[in-house]
Amino acid sequence: MSDNAVEAEEVGHIADLARIDLDEAEVERFTEQFGEILAAFEALDEVPEVDREADLTNVMRPDEVREGLSQAEALQNAPDSEAGQFKGPKVS
Amino acid sequence: MAELNAYIATETIEGADDGPLSGKRVAVKDNISTDGVETTCGSAMLEGYVPPYDATVVQRLKQAGATIPGKTNMDEFGMGTTTETSAYGAVENPVAEGHVPGGSSGGSAAVVAAGEADMALGSDTGGSIRCPAAFCGVVGIKPTYGLVSRYGLIAYANSLEQIGPIAPTVEEAAELLEIIAGPDDRDGTTRDARDHGTDYDFAAAADGDVDGLSIGVPTELLDGADEAVVETFWDAIADLEAQGASYHEVALPSVEHAVEAYYVIAMSEASSNLARFDGVRYGQSGGDGNWNESFAQSREQGFGEEVKRRVLLGTYALSAGYHDKYYKKAQDARAWVKQDFDEALTDADVLASPTMPVPPMERGESLDDPLTMYLADANTTPVNLANLPAISVPAGETDDGLPVGLQLVGPAFGEQTIIRAGSALA
Repeated sequence: MSDNAVEAEEVGHIADLARIDLDEAEVERFTEQFGEILAAFEALDEVPEVDREADLTNVMRPDEVREGLSQAEALQNAPDSEAGQFKGPKVS
Repeated sequence: MAELNAYIATETIEGADDGPLSGKRVAVKDNISTDGVETTCGSAMLEGYVPPYDATVVQRLKQAGATIPGKTNMDEFGMGTTTETSAYGAVENPVAEGHVPGGSSGGSAAVVAAGEADMALGSDTGGSIRCPAAFCGVVGIKPTYGLVSRYGLIAYANSLEQIGPIAPTVEEAAELLEIIAGPDDRDGTTRDARDHGTDYDFAAAADGDVDGLSIGVPTELLDGADEAVVETFWDAIADLEAQGASYHEVALPSVEHAVEAYYVIAMSEASSNLARFDGVRYGQSGGDGNWNESFAQSREQGFGEEVKRRVLLGTYALSAGYHDKYYKKAQDARAWVKQDFDEALTDADVLASPTMPVPPMERGESLDDPLTMYLADANTTPVNLANLPAISVPAGETDDGLPVGLQLVGPAFGEQTIIRAGSALA
């Protein structure tokens, strides 16, 4: 189990990558649970390498113009918009 | 009866005047887009979100004359086995009071079991149609990957999920599947059953004829299952035997690793799919601050704990240094599971197991222990990894009166085989 121990800082780092703020209680719970869950995932080490069937094919269609959403429809669920465009937070 | 809380919204959507489903009330899971009607995925993130278009399956329901009585409650974004992770409250099991209805399509199974709808649509990523069907004593079908369009289904783990029917009987579930199945040029992963040696005559296959049917029973899926569940399972097999079927045991060593592989793949896909919820194009705004701060705040407020847990674990499994250890091994396991099933299905028409290894849990006992909840998906997740069709039919009840489901798995595009076999029981 000690191999799989997860540190609180690691949970915080992953939360940063995933862009999800966590409160302290969540970090504490997740730190404990992730150790247990990742230990269970460890069993995947026993899986042999498997030849995967190469039956994948690309699905293509002609690039034709067809009816899509109107600008108003595309914006109708946005918390904020301006001049027919989505309005997001500042980038930096 | 106590309030089920099975619907998130009860706005009625009327279909065409005439059609094969006219007069039928078909409830729709709340992760399937309905033009002009709120679609929340059971999440606070999408509270008030109104899709500007219909999912392909909803279009087909309307064309077929169905009336949609409402949008059904579900685990948030399909992430759960009990319908307790919904931001809109848990759902009561109408046939086993005080117990969960299963999940994540718990609302869909509950409204069918309670007679509040004639049929319903669910979605199944790792068992989310079959589990609630089993726990509520109704029928659920998870179609072959690619049989039903996912256009308008709000994605959780798109390489695994399919929309499918829930109904009181196998024949009614097959009727609903007939309406929603078929290729769609808006979903490049759909395939035409007619290119795979079959057709769409599903309802006619529900003739109950199992004479000569060969059933394989994977012993791994019985090991560790609850005793009362196993007993009910064998009673159902005996019933099929009495009608002319035969069974033999088969070994599927790969399924021992299916749950881990499923969760690694599903969480990884979820971490990518749910990146779209940034509070800008839809969802709850994260307020002031720079892009990253606003994004992270929107997601802290909008997502519930199980969704956060899965997005974080998926992010971890895909992060530098861990990708090969988790994600790549999980894909190996997926290929292995697929090979095992294909091989077992060369000697058997269908593979049978209990749908769930346990009877419905009591409400409130699952949320504190996510790993135990994940392990309850041991029998359903391998089927999604293998892209195969499966049906859950009522097998009977435990001595305590709790419903038990029988799962029958068929070959790819073998829906008619599992429908025929299942219809001998329900």
